[in-house]
Amino acid sequence: MTTTTPSTPVVRKPVAWRRVALHAGCLAALLVMLYPLAWLLATSVKPADEVIASLDLLPSRLEWSNYETALDGVNDVSVGRLLGNSLLIAGGAVVGNVLSCSLAAYAFARLRFRFRGPLFAFMIATIMLPHHAVLIPQYIIFNQLGMVNTYWPLILPKFLATEAFFVFLIVQFMRGLPRELEEAARIDGCGPFRSFFSVILPLTRPALITTAIFTFIWTWNDFFTQLIYLFSPEKFTLTLALRSFVDASSTSAFGPMFAMSVIALLPIVLFFLAFQRFLVEGMANSGIKG
Amino acid sequence: MTTTHVPATARGKAVARPDRPPRRRRREGAAWVFLSPWVLGACVLTLLPMAVSLYLSFTDYDLFNAPRWVGLRNYTQMFTEDPRYWRSVLTTLLYVVIAVPLQLALALLVALALKNMKRGRGFYRSAFYAPSLLGASMSIALVWRAIFNDGGTVDNLLGTGGWVNRPGWALLAVALLTVWQFGAPMVIFLAGLQQIPGELYEAAEVDGASAWRRFLSITVPMLSPVIFFNLVLQTIQAFQVFTPAFAISAGKGGPADSTLFYTLYLYDRGFVASHMGYASAMAWVLLLAIGAVTAILFRTSRSWVFYASEEDR
Repeated sequence: MTTTTPSTPVVRKPVAWRRVALHAGCLAALLVMLYPLAWLLATSVKPADEVIASLDLLPSRLEWSNYETALDGVNDVSVGRLLGNSLLIAGGAVVGNVLSCSLAAYAFARLRFRFRGPLFAFMIATIMLPHHAVLIPQYIIFNQLGMVNTYWPLILPKFLATEAFFVFLIVQFMRGLPRELEEAARIDGCGPFRSFFSVILPLTRPALITTAIFTFIWTWNDFFTQLIYLFSPEKFTLTLALRSFVDASSTSAFGPMFAMSVIALLPIVLFFLAFQRFLVEGMANSGIKG
Repeated sequence: MTTTHVPATARGKAVARPDRPPRRRRREGAAWVFLSPWVLGACVLTLLPMAVSLYLSFTDYDLFNAPRWVGLRNYTQMFTEDPRYWRSVLTTLLYVVIAVPLQLALALLVALALKNMKRGRGFYRSAFYAPSLLGASMSIALVWRAIFNDGGTVDNLLGTGGWVNRPGWALLAVALLTVWQFGAPMVIFLAGLQQIPGELYEAAEVDGASAWRRFLSITVPMLSPVIFFNLVLQTIQAFQVFTPAFAISAGKGGPADSTLFYTLYLYDRGFVASHMGYASAMAWVLLLAIGAVTAILFRTSRSWVFYASEEDR
């Protein structure tokens, strides 16, 4: 790595320095950013008297009873039940979104039909549509159907490709697949349905996985929709159960509240650790062409 | 494109259907089968609700009795007789103006820092991105409330007292939660930076352009479509913030209505006070406002967003 020209070392030295400074800066920023998460973990095992008025992140002793209290649940509904409810809704949403969004995306990306341009533009526009513009009539519709306080309003819309963001994501991905694939399939006698299921869908797997994971995490985190549609405590999700802590937040309930918060975040953290490649790349490819 | 593979497709069915129109109609039919869930959703869960919500905005409706037509009363009441409405508008605008630019600036800064990094880029990218997924949750909103509360970390560090209980400061706490989630736009920036050809920078360096100059003359113009994309997306999202405001103020928008975000007030009017007509009017104004802001962004973008000469954008 020795250089003969006199100018190079002068240039190279600061670069090495800069690299160290860059890493130091990034690590410092990361520590600040991770603080709330560390705080959450620490508080979830802190005894009640140490929660407030203590700057120490580490508790003097581990108070696992916070988790015992949290596992008992809220309003006589166990955490297991809440977890099951959350999983049911998120699972239903994943199936619905992957199915309906990939169907619509295939039509937009690979098939020709009348009004394709205007309909595609409309689909894109609905990405920007605020949820609140359709919220109240949707609520009235589900109310008329007797579906308020059931999981249908949370799952059914996902089977109708209402989350245009994912349609768009899959369209972007499908457009990148070579045309010849379907032409070859067609010569072999495949209709549009066969070539969709046997040729295109398997190749679209990365986009479908991205859709599935994002749908899971967003549905899991969703608070607003669950808040307006569910009111029986036994139907609550973990997110909604945490709401009970919003109103009554005496210091004594702090430990259990954050123990439950940890439990509610756990699936997202696990998903993130397992699928971060798909998540980061899915986000990177979401808007700009890949 | 269709004409090129007509021979290939026609070959198989040439005997049965020698004419083209039915064949094409059949393929068109297949497209509509694929589209049917989306069409149903778009009609029943998007278009119809938009129309109904427009209609309801001119009525008095409590969900139990039939809607009563009141003309423009909801709108006039909103604009002239409801100080809390204006408070929510102001709060939301203030929040958008603080949170979005800060978040995007930080996202761009970190993306630039990671851009040329050889080792550790993947790690940082994922680590900075993680809060974007966690931050939307009620769990983190509750953490935020505790950290910014009396006796919380921020109080202990800065001695400012709890932000959550002080009008003005509570809004800032919510804004910081949004800024904390800069990872999502950062990842998009990073992907955009990767697509800028390196030769541009090399050429500029040869010409003796400073780092700042290179940033202004190469990075910003080349990245401008991505900056624009992030700006529009984050602005639209910021207008609809709900969960942290709900958590920080226990659903009430306090203290002194300083975290009464637009959507929180809409929820309060519609689902707590059962004024569905009024809430619908609020929803329509939000729709129009977001539409207007997006249109303004698109209009101004002509002067600063630079698209490379390729057509297929």
